[in-house]
Amino acid sequence: MIGTSLESLWYGFGVALEPHNLMFCFIGVIVGNMVGVLPGMGPLATISILLPLTFGMKPVAAILMLGGVMYGAQYGGAICSILLNLPCHPPHAVTCLDGFPMTKQGRGGVALGLTVFASFVGASWGITEMIFLSPLLVRAALQFGPAEVCSLMLLGLLAGSTLARGSPVKGVAMTVLGLFLGSVGTDLETGSERYTFGMTELDDGIELIALALGLFGIAEFMNSVNQVAPINTKYTHVSFKDMRPTKADLKQAFFPMWRGTIIGSLCALIPGTGPTIASFVAYATEKKISKHPELFGTGLIEGVVCPEAATHSSVQGDFIPTMSLGIPGDAVMALLLGALMIQGIVPGPQLISQHPDIFWGLVASFWIGNIMLVLLNVPLIGIWVKMLAIPYKFLYPSAMFFVCIGVYAANNDFFQVGEVVAIGLFGYILLRLGFHPAPILLGFVLGPRFEENFRRAMLISRGDIGVFVERPISAVFIALCAILIGSQIYFRLRGTKPPIEPSLHTHDTGAPPVAAEMRTPAE
Amino acid sequence: MRPSTSHLRELMGKRDFYAGGLMVLLGLFIALKGASYRAGTLMHMGPGFLPTALGVLLVLLGIAIAAAALAPVALGPDGAEHEENQRILPENPQWWAWFCILMSPVLFIFFGRYFGMVPGTFACVFIAALGDKGATWRGTLILATVITVFGVGLFSYFLQVPMPILTWWGAQ
Repeated sequence: MIGTSLESLWYGFGVALEPHNLMFCFIGVIVGNMVGVLPGMGPLATISILLPLTFGMKPVAAILMLGGVMYGAQYGGAICSILLNLPCHPPHAVTCLDGFPMTKQGRGGVALGLTVFASFVGASWGITEMIFLSPLLVRAALQFGPAEVCSLMLLGLLAGSTLARGSPVKGVAMTVLGLFLGSVGTDLETGSERYTFGMTELDDGIELIALALGLFGIAEFMNSVNQVAPINTKYTHVSFKDMRPTKADLKQAFFPMWRGTIIGSLCALIPGTGPTIASFVAYATEKKISKHPELFGTGLIEGVVCPEAATHSSVQGDFIPTMSLGIPGDAVMALLLGALMIQGIVPGPQLISQHPDIFWGLVASFWIGNIMLVLLNVPLIGIWVKMLAIPYKFLYPSAMFFVCIGVYAANNDFFQVGEVVAIGLFGYILLRLGFHPAPILLGFVLGPRFEENFRRAMLISRGDIGVFVERPISAVFIALCAILIGSQIYFRLRGTKPPIEPSLHTHDTGAPPVAAEMRTPAE
Repeated sequence: MRPSTSHLRELMGKRDFYAGGLMVLLGLFIALKGASYRAGTLMHMGPGFLPTALGVLLVLLGIAIAAAALAPVALGPDGAEHEENQRILPENPQWWAWFCILMSPVLFIFFGRYFGMVPGTFACVFIAALGDKGATWRGTLILATVITVFGVGLFSYFLQVPMPILTWWGAQ
């Protein structure tokens, strides 16, 4: 078993090291990092904006590049939060707590250097997990019938919407909305059109790119325009030399880094608990076991390294269910899965055996990409720092162009550019009403497959809905769903928040950066 | 909890009330429209089955959200923040900027469709940039020109997006 995994990994390195694949991975990492650094651009916006660039590519190159964009953007976000105190991506909210004080003490460079290192350690661990756990999971998943797949999806959707930020009921409502949006267009089974209102352009359903760019692009710009406080670049003078940590720093960072990594990988195993929760749990744990918990928030290395390692190890871990079961844990994974589907690849347990080049190439390229990230960030830090100073008034009009041309390029269709306007406006209204739109994407991507499996399960069971609790594996998933809902109601009635819910208020992919800045108690 | 006028007014000021209301309306729309498709039986589901079910579910969730607004506010340690959360419009509504952002793709469609990528890009960036409160004509023009040159180079020449660069009344 281990032998085959290593052999496949070797094959994966062969794929990832092919010159053009290597080049696209490099482009992905550098562009992702560049866009991710820009204040107000989280990984979701970055991936959606860069997604259209991959349309003309072969599937392997495209997914390698998008993988690079994802962790490049993730790391770019860390730079933004440590130097500017602006968490562009929720997992980085805790990094701000100790990262920004370190910057104010003139140790921002050290914090960045150690972040690079911690991310690398966390990611490497996550990748190792992915190599050995994915084939195991696939073996189990191949036994699943439609009923099991259905209840597993239900669990994934519920976990993704209730454990995320904000009100769980609102999260579930957004997921349901996403499932509905996924059903717009021609029904695959019967061929009849649903909710198209006679518009032939909607026959193929709502375009994923239009949905993602509307919700995470336009709605986000409407939320941030003229609301972003002028960026304080007082502390951002970091050069190459400042990034080298001393021996004492490294010693201080070593154990927290590993603790963060382990916490992150454990969180990745629980469906729905993505990097945000991992980083909060990591910070809280580190604070609890520390000999001097009162010093947290004043610029402790542990407070930066532990959550960052946890974030990266959990993000890599999230790829396991995404790639081996076809069930994404959060919106970022859903977007990557959607990109695969655009390339004509069907996600699910058969993906690894049918497209080994994609899976193992991606695994190998994670390592290569993370090494590139380390090598790039040390010399290029000066450029990233300069990019932090780009004012928002130049940023969002340029991004609007990328949104328009990106949606157009998906199918060379102006109608879909119109779709993006409508979705953007709707997304902004949802934001203002306190909804977080990320679960919409999750429901949208899983919707058609959920319906297909549900139908099949019902056909096999001859219309007996009890099949979901009669089959043992499916019953376990349903029981987990029930526990999830039950615990949410329990905590609601007791008037306390679930312990897993971070007590800190920072913005999700949805809320305005300026609000996050106000609420982050680091300043 | 007496249903009095003051109580109703208080309720109307709550954001979750509208949030739940919107979900109920959407759910009703989805369910009613879905009911016009064939529902089929559980064993042989028609195209209307799942959407109708989702619509009904959304109505129920909407009622739950609105009902939560009725309940006495479960205050966290930070009551002030809760107050702020009830606001639907931001503190300083940016109607002009929102209009500009939404118009940007509309102009892109119009100019792109009938005059080609260069006018489309220029108009799209130009109107979006006007939304910023510190926008000047000069700065906006320069930004739009720079993005047009760069964007057309990248998407038309490098990525080969099949959209005419310049055309007159859309010889598409």
